[in-house]
Amino acid sequence: MQEILQYLFSGITNGAIYAVIAIGFSMLYNSTELINFAHGEFVMLGSLCMVTFFGSMHLPLVPAIILTITCVALAGLVFERLAIRSVKHPEPIVLIIITVGASIFLRGIGMIIWGKDAYSIPSFSSHPPLDIAGAKLLSQSIWIIAIFLVAAVGLQLFYKKTLTGKAMEANAISKRAAWIVGIPSKLMVMMAFGLSTAMGGLAGVIIAPITMSSYDMGTMLGLKGFCAAMLGGLGSLWGALIGGFLLGILEALGVGFVSSGLKDATAFLLLLFILYVRPGGIISSADVNRF
Amino acid sequence: MLLVKRYRSMMMILSVLAIACLLVASPAISASGKKPYKIGGIFAVTGPASFLGDPEKKSMEMVVDQINAKGGIDGHMLEAVIYDTEGDPSKAVMGVSKLINKDNVIAIIGPSRTPTTLAVMPMIQKAKIPFISCAAGNKIVQPIDPWVFKTAQSDILAVAAIYENLKSKNIKKIGIISVNNAFGESGKEQLLSQAPAFGLAVSKSETYGAKDTDMTAQLTKIRQDNPEAIVCWGTNPGPAVLAKNIQQLGLDIPLYQSHGVASPKFIELAGSAAEGIMLPTGKILVAALLPDSDPQKEVLNAYTSEYEKKYKSSVSGFGGYAYDAVKILAAALKNSNGDKEKIREALENTNGYVGVSGIFNFSKTDHNGLSPEAFVMVKIQDSTWKLLQ
Repeated sequence: MQEILQYLFSGITNGAIYAVIAIGFSMLYNSTELINFAHGEFVMLGSLCMVTFFGSMHLPLVPAIILTITCVALAGLVFERLAIRSVKHPEPIVLIIITVGASIFLRGIGMIIWGKDAYSIPSFSSHPPLDIAGAKLLSQSIWIIAIFLVAAVGLQLFYKKTLTGKAMEANAISKRAAWIVGIPSKLMVMMAFGLSTAMGGLAGVIIAPITMSSYDMGTMLGLKGFCAAMLGGLGSLWGALIGGFLLGILEALGVGFVSSGLKDATAFLLLLFILYVRPGGIISSADVNRF
Repeated sequence: MLLVKRYRSMMMILSVLAIACLLVASPAISASGKKPYKIGGIFAVTGPASFLGDPEKKSMEMVVDQINAKGGIDGHMLEAVIYDTEGDPSKAVMGVSKLINKDNVIAIIGPSRTPTTLAVMPMIQKAKIPFISCAAGNKIVQPIDPWVFKTAQSDILAVAAIYENLKSKNIKKIGIISVNNAFGESGKEQLLSQAPAFGLAVSKSETYGAKDTDMTAQLTKIRQDNPEAIVCWGTNPGPAVLAKNIQQLGLDIPLYQSHGVASPKFIELAGSAAEGIMLPTGKILVAALLPDSDPQKEVLNAYTSEYEKKYKSSVSGFGGYAYDAVKILAAALKNSNGDKEKIREALENTNGYVGVSGIFNFSKTDHNGLSPEAFVMVKIQDSTWKLLQ
């Protein structure tokens, strides 16, 4: 029992991270039908900015987080403006190749700014781990889950209650119809980029204290986030959540009950299986009206 | 408008290309009366193994500069041609092929990792060119290839050093966790095969991914058998995450790490979780703590001060592999007139060379030439290294 609980805690912590990354993928896919393969690099940027602002400059926690997310979102906006919008024939394959190129470019930038070393920062608070029935829940895990909940609820409110959010949703459903009623689609796409990369930055922020941040950390995280998004159903907020947590928990249980050598394999096998049974993911966009 | 857009995208592509070009190291050029000796270097200067390749490249350049400043070897200046493998075997093969066919080097130093070294070895055998690897894997020199040497300590010796320490503490049952790449696999193999000889039982052998963010699941599994110690085999940053997880789970058993994390960076990454961790390391890390009677002390101090003066960054044991390799090669180049067979023979007859990584005695049957004394056990205490006797 104690073991299973410990596996679950480990899985939920990782799952929350995957979910935040997956939301970024989904959000962008929703507005632009584009898979941003540079998304993992924005997570890396978030993590390393956090190292600089919180770890080296010793800013207080909240300003450091806000500053980091702002920086990453700005980088996302610049990326959209320079590399995506300026494409003459924005066919999906061209854009995807551009994002792959951008990921290599961003990794290079990360290496030039922060060097090749890994960095670590202290946990957001120094509480001892919570002891629940013999299993330890780390204080940073609680931070991760709390920040994740705030972000998820915030996004939901933004999409459902604000005019801008509704406009973005409208633009996602039909660009042309949105344009006819006067929604500036370019601005909405740009905002989607900003929000998506901000979510990437947020993932980087919460992950920085539990793992080591380095310029090459983004690729694997991006891949896992992408899998989570696919698993849950690309384009759906709730799908991303379910996919992220499912992937995290399955990985942890895979380690516990199968083999740690097959950790990634267990999760990916299940992904294949689910996609075979439900090609659109657990919550496919046909079932829900996207966001 | 269209033109501007096209111009912009061209600029984007051009700037990406420009940066890509910058990342490729440019070789140094030397000038002297006699034709310079061209020696090749191939290291993982960027990429995941850059912590190895970067100091190796710098150390190689440093020794080459020093030798040239003293007038070269028999009047021949040394010219280093260095390529980046990015830790990737196919890029290593391309680099070595360029070194052999285009640059016509007379000897090659590197690569930094075992998989890249194993990938280029067939070409070395074919080209018959003296080759000194900086990678740790034992497979490089076993079986022996006449042209292949290596300066990095093998993991066999590191495992022996750890097990010796466990035995002295009368520990009988251990859990192992290793990274799932060539370094971890090779370490795991040694850990498992040498355990019986030291009276140790391995209760669980787990692995983790090099980029894993959390290892509590593996630790939970290891904990079930109540091992008396945990041995972790990996390179930064994974083992630092593991150390943190052990602290967070409140596991109160000794943790041993491999020589793969023997750098101040590990202490910085693991923070307070590093306290009490024991690991084997080359002597460079604890040079200041060694008794004056230690034969390597002088070399270690010289290397450390030269490196830190030149690059303004603290020295790691990894650069020492290339430092030793170039020095041994330079000694072998003397009176060789650039003849590859002569260089090879001189390398094989290297005896009693006191280097950064140990005292080298190459022979026909040993192309690594180090003994277990190349390692010392250290403990991390008050965020610094403490020598264990």
